[in-house]
Amino acid sequence: MTNANTEEHRKILREHFGITTSQGQFTVALAGNPNVGKSTVFNALTGLHQHTGNWPGKTVDNAQGNFTYLDRSFLMVDLPGTYSILAHTVEEQVARDFICFGKPDATLVVLDATCLERNLNLALQVMEITPKIIVCVNLMDEAEKKNIKIDISALQKELGVPVIATAARNGKGLDDLRQGLYEMSTGSCIAVPRQIKYSPEVENAIQQLMPNISRLIGPNLNPRWVALRLLDGDQTFIKSITHYLDLNLHLTGLQEVAV
Amino acid sequence: MNTMSTNMPLSAIGIGSMCQVVSLNLEGLLRRRILDLGMVPGTPVQCIRKSPAGDPVAYLVRDTLIALRSEDASQITVNLTKEF
Repeated sequence: MTNANTEEHRKILREHFGITTSQGQFTVALAGNPNVGKSTVFNALTGLHQHTGNWPGKTVDNAQGNFTYLDRSFLMVDLPGTYSILAHTVEEQVARDFICFGKPDATLVVLDATCLERNLNLALQVMEITPKIIVCVNLMDEAEKKNIKIDISALQKELGVPVIATAARNGKGLDDLRQGLYEMSTGSCIAVPRQIKYSPEVENAIQQLMPNISRLIGPNLNPRWVALRLLDGDQTFIKSITHYLDLNLHLTGLQEVAV
Repeated sequence: MNTMSTNMPLSAIGIGSMCQVVSLNLEGLLRRRILDLGMVPGTPVQCIRKSPAGDPVAYLVRDTLIALRSEDASQITVNLTKEF
């Protein structure tokens, strides 16, 4: 069930995101709030094997790097630092579209251990899109200095996804990170992310929308998440769906569903 | 105590005062942005300082200092918990 070997997936990455992967290479998306040490994690994992450019058609930086672990090659894509992937800045759209339509084999969400509460917002949003997520609690050294203690195993249990503590600056936890990404990408670790329950009215509406959404978009996207975006009235997302999934014919259908 | 009487716009609280978010009367992108920064109903907010012209104003929200325009802060209803 991994993406790495399908020609179609590589074509989507190449044509829509300007990302060229080699055969059998896993793709890992790197997401996180600004200033959480995302770039430190990126640099620590990929070393000098990096190149930077722009996202196709956007003035947003795109850094890619690769590393090898247990004889498997990984291409890591550094997404823009954002607090959310639901508002409509270009950066957030880039991050959302890549996680959603680029279908990375794993998405690594880096959180700041010193302000976990605020950072978890992004992790919860990604957890609604994909179960292939690993949470990295970075800046553990900084948290220790501030006397903040984080119960990693409790957090992991609460979220239902692998949680790894790191202090990327000092190289701590990087091996666990590589191992986690390996297990998630190869499918030997399957996460069941905790889903946010909304009010009965919203949940009802989701249930009503889901069958139609599944019929229109097939297995490409998580129908629950699409239903939530439609209920949000998120026009940019409808545009992205038609763009990435080549569903022009269904545009009117989707808008009908939205109404 | 009548709690209704202490409801006011966030823009009206003075430096050092603490309050709790009651509701956001904002829509669309800005509403989403404010929510993403952790300002949901019930969140404690403290007014920290004002810029020389009195706008924007810096507020402490969940250990993070956030500057808001008065125009936007006036759309956030809060409940004063400690007047300074």
